[in-house]
Amino acid sequence: MYGLGILKGMWVTLTHFVDTFVDDLRWLGRRYYTPEGIAHRSSKDSRGIFTVQYPEEKLPVPEEFRYIPFLIYDIDENGEHQDRCTSCGICAKVCPPQCIWIVRTEDPETKRPVPEPVEFFIDIDICMNCGYCSEYCPFQAIRMDHDYELSSFDRHAEHIFNKERLSKPAAYYNEIRPVNFAIDEAERAEKAAKKAGN
Amino acid sequence: MRFSALKRDERAGYEGHIVPASSLLEVAKALRDEDGFDLLSSVTAVDYLTDNEEEESFFEVVYHLYKSTGGGAEVLRVQVPRENPVVPSLVELYPGADFQEREAWDLMGIKFEGHPDLRRILMWEGFAGHPLRKDWKEVYFEEEAKPFGNRWPGGQVYRVEDQNPYGKNNQYPDGFDPESWVETEDPLLYENLEKAAREYTEDIDTEQVVVNLGPQHPSTHGVFRMAVRLDGETIVALKPVMGYLHRNHEKIGERNTYIMNMPFTDRLDYLASMSNNFGYALAVEKLMGDKVAPPERAEYLRVIMAELTRISNHLWAIGFLLNDLGAFFTPALYAIEERELILDIFEATAGSRMMCNYFRFGGVARDLPAGILPRMKDLVNERLPRKIDELDLYLSENELVRSRGEGVGIITPEDAIAFSATGPVLRASGVPYDIRRADPYSIYDRFKFDVAVRYHGDVYDRYMIRVDEMRQSLRILKQALKDLPEGEILTGHNPYQVRVPAGEAYGRVEGPKGELGYYIVSNGKPSPWRYHVRAPSFINLTILEKMCVGQKVADVVVNLGSIDIVLGEVDR
Repeated sequence: MYGLGILKGMWVTLTHFVDTFVDDLRWLGRRYYTPEGIAHRSSKDSRGIFTVQYPEEKLPVPEEFRYIPFLIYDIDENGEHQDRCTSCGICAKVCPPQCIWIVRTEDPETKRPVPEPVEFFIDIDICMNCGYCSEYCPFQAIRMDHDYELSSFDRHAEHIFNKERLSKPAAYYNEIRPVNFAIDEAERAEKAAKKAGN
Repeated sequence: MRFSALKRDERAGYEGHIVPASSLLEVAKALRDEDGFDLLSSVTAVDYLTDNEEEESFFEVVYHLYKSTGGGAEVLRVQVPRENPVVPSLVELYPGADFQEREAWDLMGIKFEGHPDLRRILMWEGFAGHPLRKDWKEVYFEEEAKPFGNRWPGGQVYRVEDQNPYGKNNQYPDGFDPESWVETEDPLLYENLEKAAREYTEDIDTEQVVVNLGPQHPSTHGVFRMAVRLDGETIVALKPVMGYLHRNHEKIGERNTYIMNMPFTDRLDYLASMSNNFGYALAVEKLMGDKVAPPERAEYLRVIMAELTRISNHLWAIGFLLNDLGAFFTPALYAIEERELILDIFEATAGSRMMCNYFRFGGVARDLPAGILPRMKDLVNERLPRKIDELDLYLSENELVRSRGEGVGIITPEDAIAFSATGPVLRASGVPYDIRRADPYSIYDRFKFDVAVRYHGDVYDRYMIRVDEMRQSLRILKQALKDLPEGEILTGHNPYQVRVPAGEAYGRVEGPKGELGYYIVSNGKPSPWRYHVRAPSFINLTILEKMCVGQKVADVVVNLGSIDIVLGEVDR
């Protein structure tokens, strides 16, 4: 019968429409703005639409999500910030768009390099969020952030992040990436043990 | 070898034959007609520039020929002097060489004698020089290869645009003044259109008009322009114009180290970044040899990701084909719902939804995180089959889709092969050519699946073949997820600087849009000497004019939609 195909199509649209409301009713008020609701909407049992009402509700960010690197510092017993970065430069060398600039510290007397950066810049307009700096860092010092809401009014003034802007405590890292943090800590402990053994 | 002119290429790491320019046509004709190498996959040029006094600098044009029945490549090379690089054009024998030769002329400056329309294709006429030549430098040139020396250890940051203010960030050919410039490229284009039009008009003398669809046009899926000449509503000639998104991916690739190119490949066909990674990883692994053979689990993960990508790409393609048909956004949004869930899996595994950067030489970057495997199984066993069936029910029998699609934009199998069309476009024309079967790579030979094929070669079949292919991908995914072994995901320790021995490699995969190939020449340095991408979207466009001539202007939009292009890949 001519027109049957169109009717079938309209049936599909109608089911979509109805399914959404049926699901809404079944989940009475919990389908939106709750973590379970978001999880349910994208699960296999859900029917109907799963629009996310951003920015009122946000999809949870998976741990591996990567957006703009940050530098990690530890806080020692005196409350001082200890950069993990040794300014070895591997991140700057492996960076595909070459958006990392590092100034190495020199000992004022001997002129020998000291393993910490004086300055560390990332041009976030150029950064392509590939995650190589974090992947190849031998000191677990640079990791990818989760903060994706970075819009600003003046990119010329604000989009080159310096060391101060980039540095975040290890506790923050633990908060956003607990699994990776645990792996890193184990590796660091192993390294420290080796060093102590020598 | 039957031809005395053919000489085996004896350089270490190279294969194929060197042909003198004078006998190229003869050899290519014999290969096509007698040996069955009917599919000209890739045409590209390499600049072998050397400072060494004793060696000679030359250009080499490289042709990769395949049989449409399957099997390995026959590689032909023509070496020509750098001073006067002239090579006979293969357009007569292989119409699919058309855009590729224009690209080689544009970017490398090789003249193809006998090419009917040898104009620049990606650059514009006010562009100075041929950028892929090794002695060409951009205005904002920093160094020959990354990493740049000023980033570390004394990195004083600066802004690129401060170094290259507007007006000083461009270079023009000698005697070219942008202020007094009169356009000559477009008149040339229109002249070509007119030539074609004269051939068409037979009887009554009606006025024909030229219409530009694009570059700003909702149906072109990006910044793409089609100059069409119309007789009433009938197309008499059509020329695609592209390059608006051109960024010279290949030159960037030659300045990059090998590993740096991986995230850049994501940006080619940004809807299918896992497939792009796959092809590039295969090409480099071919060069590096067995020491980077990926472990089992990595091979499975690669296949799983590539097939998920194919499904998400086809969902997108179907959705937007329907948009082009005028069914504005309801089918598209239904289709990309499930794509969203596939992207969620990519995000949880690779770290990014679209710019995955997931493959490494010798494996993949990360293992699956906890809890993702059940989600993948739910998706593959429940949601995706449901969605594909729903789309099938929703659209396939729809009378409007059928009447707009059946018999529209027909490509015969002979034409599809001659024009080097690959992927769904080729298979919808009745040629069961799928690289996963024809020239298996990775572990595709272990899976049971059928090569989807349809026989009418029209828009409707190109829609249906995508539905078929998604079903086949699901079959592969089900097997792969069932057999996914435990174990390592990477061979070796993933160094930030890889050593690639000198030689060449052509790695190709069956991408969602067609044959995606990477041609890489290494000279043992940290960066590739030549890095060429055989982009399926770009080459599939060669047949667009053939598809459209004689049809109504409204069908142009649908024909383009049925090829499924992504401008990031077309323009590179």
